[in-house]
Amino acid sequence: MTIVAYAFWMFAICLITGGLFTVISRNPVHSVLWLILTFLSAAGLFVLLGAEFVAMLLIIVYVGAVAVLFLFVVMMLDIDFAALKAGMAQYLPIGLMIGVVLLMQLGLAFGAWEFSEQADLLRDAVTPTDVHNTAALGHILYDQYFLLFQLAGLILLVAMIGAIVLTLRHRKNVKRQNVLEQMWRDPAKSMEMKDVKPGQGLS
Amino acid sequence: MIQADLNIILPEILLAVYAMVALLVGVYTTKDKLAPLLTWITAAVFVLIGAWIGMAGGGENIAFDGMFVDDGFSRFAKVTILLSAAAVLVMGQDYMSRRGMLRFEYPILIALAVVGMMMMVSAGDLMALYMGLELQSLALYVVASLRRDSVKSTEAGMKYFVLGALSSGLLLYGASLVYGFAGTTKFAGIVEAAGHGHIPIGLLFGLTFVTAGLAFKVSAVPFHMWTPDVYEGAPTPITAFFATAPKIAAMGLLARVLHDAFGGVVGDWQQIIALLSVLSMFLGSIAAIGQRNIKRLMAYSSIAHMGYALMGLAAGTAFGVQAMLIYMAIYVTMNVGTFAFILSMEKDGQPVVDIGALNMYSKRSSGKALAMLILLFSLAGVPPLVGFFGKFYVLRAAYDAGLAWLAVMGVIASVIGAYYYLRIVYYMYFGEETDALDEGRSPVQYVFLMVSAAAMLLGVVNLFGIEGVAQAASMALVN
Repeated sequence: MTIVAYAFWMFAICLITGGLFTVISRNPVHSVLWLILTFLSAAGLFVLLGAEFVAMLLIIVYVGAVAVLFLFVVMMLDIDFAALKAGMAQYLPIGLMIGVVLLMQLGLAFGAWEFSEQADLLRDAVTPTDVHNTAALGHILYDQYFLLFQLAGLILLVAMIGAIVLTLRHRKNVKRQNVLEQMWRDPAKSMEMKDVKPGQGLS
Repeated sequence: MIQADLNIILPEILLAVYAMVALLVGVYTTKDKLAPLLTWITAAVFVLIGAWIGMAGGGENIAFDGMFVDDGFSRFAKVTILLSAAAVLVMGQDYMSRRGMLRFEYPILIALAVVGMMMMVSAGDLMALYMGLELQSLALYVVASLRRDSVKSTEAGMKYFVLGALSSGLLLYGASLVYGFAGTTKFAGIVEAAGHGHIPIGLLFGLTFVTAGLAFKVSAVPFHMWTPDVYEGAPTPITAFFATAPKIAAMGLLARVLHDAFGGVVGDWQQIIALLSVLSMFLGSIAAIGQRNIKRLMAYSSIAHMGYALMGLAAGTAFGVQAMLIYMAIYVTMNVGTFAFILSMEKDGQPVVDIGALNMYSKRSSGKALAMLILLFSLAGVPPLVGFFGKFYVLRAAYDAGLAWLAVMGVIASVIGAYYYLRIVYYMYFGEETDALDEGRSPVQYVFLMVSAAAMLLGVVNLFGIEGVAQAASMALVN
């Protein structure tokens, strides 16, 4: 067995075990940790496929951000996971149906799939041989797909405006910190010397 | 090379830049106090860009390696989108201001949605299609729930969002299958790969899913379930917007995908579109009978109208596309007028949506009642009004393409549908005496109602010449 095949089996077994335990482990924190193992194994598989950029994205985005976010949610919110899992029998048929659909899709992809005769010639983004694929992705994204990239930016802008429009509320009676005002204060303006006579106090 | 590409998409760039500048100005100045002015300026920008695109003309330009197509078809759709969006913006301004709903973001979001729609009708690539669609939809989800303290408005936004996400999923799944077959996402490549006649099962699945995803956006049955709830829940000016510009954009996009990418396999999608068309016409006509809420009624009415427009598309010919374009242009004009009337329906300053409130409306304001009567007759497709010619064109396109059964179904559905339009007329002229509605306050709404009704009468002479323009547009798409 070559080292690549060995690595493949190791990552694959880790991935499936991780996925399985994500679903069945009783402690939600353990679930998230299993999920991280799953992501890492998937990243390993991507490296084996020669897609190192996707592998790094998986680690940076999913392990670094999403999984940590999950951990925060699990630890900070008081969610009754037992109650969430109670509906298992109820959702089982739907889950099985989705499984069947996925199997059919795999069957379609590996069994009856027909490519167009021209598909090879028409391919837009042929895997490059002279540059590594992160550079190739950059060329496609910022050059060939410039328009799409800019449109994606506009979509994010809309998402941002939307989030602000729908959630921002202006409250009238909130005391805000005014930095300039704070800096311009000096003892003369903010302090007053009083000569307190004995036995009288301040009124 | 990029210079030439940017020149071709200059209208879209200008509109996007305008939206961003307006956003900055709005944020850094008086915010919502600026909103009425910003609404009018945005409408003016729409009209200017629309006029510019309309005047420019000039053949077919392809930018960004086939991702963006600027041809007669896209220009026709863009002008209709821009003008209808401008009309809806200005006629809803007064309604929204008085109810404190006019945030300065509203015209900006509409402008960005319009940029998305312009991208949609110009898309020459599955990815560009999706980007345009998402830009449009995302802005629309937000404006649907703009009145965030109202349960119905937030429910409308939520429903629209979830079902829109589902439809995007279907569309993307279909697009991935098509890409898997053809090896490219460009329409020009797909039409080459799909060839003529026989298509393999994978591509057929892809075609079906893409069509289903787009059918959500035009609210064709059986993908219509969001429409009545969203129309009812969203603030009325926004409902008016939903009923006009996005429908043209989605129809234009559907026509473009079907003809540009699947032009060689007309027989395979013709049956899907014909089925969608029949179901939409009948459900739209029958389900509206029980409705007393005029916004829900207009939702079913728009479903039925989309059925007729799809009938033109189902013909699969250049004449069919021409009929669809004419139908959409007429539909939008009628809807602008009808919604101008709905916006002016109020009692003691509160909006009224129950059609029972229109009892004996003709006695109190006979001019508006007459205009509404003309619009409703036109919506029902009663000759000799313009609405009849729209139906006539699509029926003839279907008949010419050998879909006589579809044309017969269309006639039957339009007879059923006439009932609920005429019932409103009955209430207005012969109903029981009830409390009076307020006199309309906004002169803008009055003007749009009157102009739209007049167009339905005067258009019978030559349809204002859109026939020839629509023909040129359809020839640009189907060749």
